[in-house]
Amino acid sequence: MSWQRRHLLTVEELTLTELEQIHATAAAFKRTLSRNMRKVPALRGKTIVNLFLEPSTRTRMAFEMAAKRLSADVISLDGASSSATKGETLRDTAENIQALQADMIVIRHAAAGSPLYLSRLLDIPVINAGDGAHEHPTQGLLDTFTMKEHLGSLRGRKVVILGDILFSRVARSNIHALTKLGADVTLVGPSTLVPPWFTHLGVKVSHDLRGALADAEVVMLLRIQHERQAAGHFPSLGEYTGMFGLNKTRASWLNPKAIIMHPGPINRGVEIDSELADGERSVILEQVTNGIAVRMAVLYLCAGGQPEQVSPVA
Amino acid sequence: MPALWIQNARVIDPASRRDAPGDLFLDQGRIVAPPSAAARKRARRIDARGLVACPGLVDVHVHFREPGQTHKETIATGSRAAAAGGFTTVVCMPNTSPVADNSGTIQLMKDVIARDAVVRVHPTGCITVGMKGQALAPIGSLKRAGVVAITDDGECVQSNDLMRRAVEYARMFSLPVMDHCQDYSMTQGAVMNEGVVSTRLGLRGWPHAAEDIIVARNIILAEQTGAHIHLQHISSRYSVDHIRRAKARGVRVTAEATPHHLALTEEALAGYDTHFKMNPPLRTEADRQALIAGLRDGTLDIIATDHAPHTDYEKDKEFDYAPNGILGLETALPVCLDVLVRQARFKLSRVVDLMTRRPAAIVDLPAGTLAEGAAADVCLFDPEEKWRYDAKAGQSKSSNSPWSGRDLRGRVRTTIVGGKVVYTDGRITA
Repeated sequence: MSWQRRHLLTVEELTLTELEQIHATAAAFKRTLSRNMRKVPALRGKTIVNLFLEPSTRTRMAFEMAAKRLSADVISLDGASSSATKGETLRDTAENIQALQADMIVIRHAAAGSPLYLSRLLDIPVINAGDGAHEHPTQGLLDTFTMKEHLGSLRGRKVVILGDILFSRVARSNIHALTKLGADVTLVGPSTLVPPWFTHLGVKVSHDLRGALADAEVVMLLRIQHERQAAGHFPSLGEYTGMFGLNKTRASWLNPKAIIMHPGPINRGVEIDSELADGERSVILEQVTNGIAVRMAVLYLCAGGQPEQVSPVA
Repeated sequence: MPALWIQNARVIDPASRRDAPGDLFLDQGRIVAPPSAAARKRARRIDARGLVACPGLVDVHVHFREPGQTHKETIATGSRAAAAGGFTTVVCMPNTSPVADNSGTIQLMKDVIARDAVVRVHPTGCITVGMKGQALAPIGSLKRAGVVAITDDGECVQSNDLMRRAVEYARMFSLPVMDHCQDYSMTQGAVMNEGVVSTRLGLRGWPHAAEDIIVARNIILAEQTGAHIHLQHISSRYSVDHIRRAKARGVRVTAEATPHHLALTEEALAGYDTHFKMNPPLRTEADRQALIAGLRDGTLDIIATDHAPHTDYEKDKEFDYAPNGILGLETALPVCLDVLVRQARFKLSRVVDLMTRRPAAIVDLPAGTLAEGAAADVCLFDPEEKWRYDAKAGQSKSSNSPWSGRDLRGRVRTTIVGGKVVYTDGRITA
């Protein structure tokens, strides 16, 4: 099947086939990453603008790296250097970028829905690199890509997402990707950060860490932000760590082959023991590397490239 | 001004329990008894066959943005939007720039109203100085300057003590206190109803409890002081319950529902369209049904539009950054006919009552009736006409309406204020 989609705005709107096409294409690009000549000429002559109106290091670098590996020209703007600080609207900024003949926009924005808003204004593809607490589709795609590398098919696999789910776009994109792929997903964390409404997305919600971790094959930790404490969502980082931090004892409840994931940046000693973050079950840095391949696939497909065939077993 | 003879209408006047085919006679700015044959001959006739003739509609909740925000709306354009929607009496909220917290600003508004308005426009004054919720505004001087109510609408007085003093004090002047019910501590950064849809969209949720708590507070204060508190734009089914129980024991609270809360739910926000962003936010289907039930059994007293104009460039933003509010005046009647008459099976006269006599009574204005001797304020509408609403072609200066481009059923044909036709068939004639 050919690829039709011009924008990548959410994982929620992707079909299972599209999701698997992205993964298959990412797998092909990943093989090019280990070659001597790591650049492919797929997007030669195209200009991609990374419009990062909210701080980011990992995602922005990975998008830049992916675009460069595809031989595209890349311009990155951040919030501080864009005219947004002079009061320019997002519409005007984006229309100017299009008028400057960019071929694609990658946007990171604090306001949920802003990539969809841009996609309606512009003729060029818009890639969502994270919009508020809504979605971070390439993260969800690279996380599930990483899980598949370790577990094969995710159908029926027990995945736990642990931490600040309420404010997490990473959690939402993973929830949509994992439920499409048939995984058995449980969200865990303080009840103030994991409200019951998430069950409407096809996942379970639990506040019993032991029960949830028992025999889980993947545990994905989310960063706990200090400002949530100030807003009264939990009493203290110490209490959070005491109740929900992943340590050696709790990791022993997992399936023996389980992997530990984190989208970064990590708070060592808060949501995860430092030792576990660096341990052999941790795939945290693999996630980062896979982030390049997955973003190459997304940029390539949305620029009009055609996907790799999805192998039936994957 | 020649006398007017409206012929062959279905005349609906809930105040005089009239709903029957007939004629209306308007002379010297008043509704009059059928005059002599000679006088009839001289009258200008309006053929109203197939139309409903009802009292001019009354809206106790509009934002006309003058002074200070006249890029959005003015008293001239807002009153024309009112006329186009069949409204002959409207009550303006005081959150202008500067806010209407002193008699000088009220006098300025009254001067502009006298000069520019094509319908009857009444100002309200603030409850607190600068609408800051810290000190009482000069409520007595505001009353003397002619306000019909006090309110900090757009803001909500957070201090229970100050609110208690405000209603106690306003009671001395028989001024209703209108409150926008929202506990700010629960709605920091909130832009839509809290629940399944906000969870999916990643938007900050505004829990219904933040409304319910202030509604309960106001009920307690109204009960304690005997003052009249009017609860603006109720959106939560739990608030409806609180009000129902309060009324059952005789507490002096009244409450309004907006056409948009009656017609729409949070599901409309799926595409992050800022034309569905307002405060309080659209809520669930269960809430919507509870509002309709509340209007049916009298728990909710009236319909009010919360007509809130904003320019295109203000609304055309990321959802989080767009201002709250939508237009209401030019679509209120067809939307209410659709939701309340055609879907919920209210009698047409009941809906007219909710939009005329009852809102007038809340602010104690002698409007909303076709009784002989009453002001000749009349709305003629075709309850069945289908038309496509284009907000850009409407009378309001702004076009921020979720119904723009949509097909509506029921259309105002003619609006008469004080015996003068101010709007007819798409044109302002004042």
